[in-house]
Amino acid sequence: MGIIRTKELVYEYIRRDEEGNVEGITTAVDKVNLDVQAGEFIAILGHNGSGKSTLAKHINAILNPTEGTVWVDGMDTAEEEHIWDIRQRAGMVFQNPDNQIIGQVVEEDVGFGPENMGVPTKEIWERVEESLRAVGMYEYRRHSPNKLSGGQKQRVSIAGVLAMHPKCIVLDEPTAMLDPKGRKEVIRAVRGLNQVEGITVVLITHYMEEIIHADRVFVMDNGRIAMEGTPREIFSQVERLKALRLDVPQVTLLAHELREKGVRLPEGILTVEELADALAFLAEG
Amino acid sequence: MLRDITLGQYYQTESVIHRLDPRVKLGGTLLYIISVFLFRNFLGYGVAAIFLATVIGLSRVPFRFIVKGMKAIVFLLLITVVFNLFLTPGTELVSVWKLTVTVEGLRTAVTMAVRLTMLIIGSSLMTLTTTPNNLTDGMESMMKPFKVFHVPVHEVAMIMSIALRFIPILLEETDKIMKAQIARGADFETGNIIKRARALVPILVPLFISAFRRANDLAMAMEARCYRGGEGRTKMKPLIYQRRDRLGYLCIFVYLVVSVAAGRL
Amino acid sequence: MPIILDHVNYIYGEDGPLAVKALDDVCLQIPDGQFVGIIGHTGSGKSTLVQHMNGLLKATSGHIYFGGEDIYDKDFRMKKLRSKVGLVFQYPEHQLFEIDVFSDVCFGPKNLGMDQKEAELKAFDALRKVGLPAELYYQSPFELSGGQKRRAAIAGVLAMAPEVLILDEPTAGLDPKGRDEILHQIKELQIQTGMTILLVSHSMEDVAEYVDRIIVMNKGKVMYDDVPQKVFSHYRELEEVGLAAPQVTYILHALKDRGFQVDENATTTDEAVETILRSLGK
Repeated sequence: MGIIRTKELVYEYIRRDEEGNVEGITTAVDKVNLDVQAGEFIAILGHNGSGKSTLAKHINAILNPTEGTVWVDGMDTAEEEHIWDIRQRAGMVFQNPDNQIIGQVVEEDVGFGPENMGVPTKEIWERVEESLRAVGMYEYRRHSPNKLSGGQKQRVSIAGVLAMHPKCIVLDEPTAMLDPKGRKEVIRAVRGLNQVEGITVVLITHYMEEIIHADRVFVMDNGRIAMEGTPREIFSQVERLKALRLDVPQVTLLAHELREKGVRLPEGILTVEELADALAFLAEG
Repeated sequence: MLRDITLGQYYQTESVIHRLDPRVKLGGTLLYIISVFLFRNFLGYGVAAIFLATVIGLSRVPFRFIVKGMKAIVFLLLITVVFNLFLTPGTELVSVWKLTVTVEGLRTAVTMAVRLTMLIIGSSLMTLTTTPNNLTDGMESMMKPFKVFHVPVHEVAMIMSIALRFIPILLEETDKIMKAQIARGADFETGNIIKRARALVPILVPLFISAFRRANDLAMAMEARCYRGGEGRTKMKPLIYQRRDRLGYLCIFVYLVVSVAAGRL
Repeated sequence: MPIILDHVNYIYGEDGPLAVKALDDVCLQIPDGQFVGIIGHTGSGKSTLVQHMNGLLKATSGHIYFGGEDIYDKDFRMKKLRSKVGLVFQYPEHQLFEIDVFSDVCFGPKNLGMDQKEAELKAFDALRKVGLPAELYYQSPFELSGGQKRRAAIAGVLAMAPEVLILDEPTAGLDPKGRDEILHQIKELQIQTGMTILLVSHSMEDVAEYVDRIIVMNKGKVMYDDVPQKVFSHYRELEEVGLAAPQVTYILHALKDRGFQVDENATTTDEAVETILRSLGK
């Protein structure tokens, strides 16, 4: 069994009007089946309100399924006695960089998780150092988080999770509030965790450039998984993505439109180099 | 405006006093404050002043910086002095129009002024040389005995340190919302008190909503990082007494004995 | 009315030890009816710049003229400037406070001294212009979706009937479709009303399609100020300061290097398709 698995996962919540009467039931996640293998880099795409964040919160046992089951490292998240083990194994990074930093000094924030787990003092210091080095924030260990840029704050948050020695990290739109520079920093750090430390990554986003390096991509819509495949497979379906309120990188879009006009390019072009090479090949042949 | 208040704001520098365990500083400050209220003559204040001057010297916080912080409360000090000066009954010293200064009044006024000043300098010296974090840790540690009476010591300390982290964020947010409403033609500067109070609604409502949203996010983030109260928690920076801390306690003890003995001769 | 910035400097925390020069000798002219993109990364001074244009921040030195009048003159009425130059802040939905969307949109016009009826007319007009469905007008603003809240907040500024509309990162946090919808709506607005629009963004790709002119800010200075094609031709320099030209620019330059006869000044996907097809002889 994979490190994260969901079976027929359904999450419903009840909407109430101002007087508290039930207005209706919304199904935020609808019969989702996922199976993530250890060491994989998974991306979950979807427009706002597609249910991707709700799905993510199940992996950390912040939400419990209405129906179906979620297993993290073989443990059922609905079983109360596993909750802290699950949260340690599957760390979570959230969207707003300001609202998840607890410490007033960078190193203290990174130490917060290990402190909660009851890790001995000496080991906390070791973990804090290695985690901050892994995300390239060690020089900032004595800084106040308030003085950091958005990208730096998110890297501190990632280090905070890393210090808990998780097997898997779920990042819930970690770049949505950042500028392009901050987004690059965070994605670079995330890729490092996956490739160097071998940590399983589940990245939730709506920026298409960020998923190019993922092993597998899931696209969510209306609480369901609408598409699944490698980035190349996903990006080759430009029209389908547009219908799901998403877009593709400009290169892919350009290649797609050239194909529509009769230029015989391969499908799912992802980078500038690929497109230029493919066109040069056509022009010669 | 808010950043003009430097009274007791942490002053970053390296010194023996900065490195002292926060518990020594908290305990010392408490004993110092008590001592100031025990004196019956000016000799006691003299000893206290020497002690205070020595600590300030050791702390390497410029005296100028301390005095600057005092400005904020000079007004309070003046009121106390004036009230005591004119409203204490006793032997008449000078009388101008309806105001009478008595010997007792003069004595109380001077005593009060000296006491308050020493009190404020003493306690602000503690916050000047201790980071808010360290202070919270110290308080948590010293309050531990109260856990027996079901005082939520750890929780209170956690709340304090979170508040300290979010104050600058919320101040910045207030500034932003205020600007946004000014851009929508809101006016916070003219009109009577009622009008001005009503003008605050467009700031307070968004601010509260934002604060609640942040609190909600933060609670979720803390749970996701395995926070479950103080039980079974270890410390990254535990408070451990060093040689200098024991020496610190000794100094405070000596001071207490000497000053009270001198002050009650 | 045109806005002119004449050698504007702005220093944060002027007499403190941490003084930062947020604007450094900025000279700009914004004529009527232009659609301008202001680009720069966080901390480049772009937000500081636009806050000067409606008097929320006062320049440390230099002059700003609105319709020929110096806004720092003693008898200049700041309130009038704020009604003519509307500023929509980043995440504007965070300033919504009224019990329903409609009353919230009325807040601005009422502050300008309009009577109830006039304010309501302006509010209706603004809500229609941002494309918010009528059934949402009397809902609590806090029950709307992210994109709808944003529209309601933009309407709140639009209802003051400004001549110049400044939007500070109006697409932040929206999904791709939501972003395109908002940008289309803004372009539509500009075509319909002929309003001057300043769009602050950190994404070249987003604004390339819509704007007539791009001002690139870097370290408080105006780095480039030109039509998009000219600005993007400096894509290497832009890269150095942490900004990127649209991917199209990189593709066309890569093709040119490989001997294609393409026009590397194309900035949108459509233009690029056209020039590539032509170079392929189709």
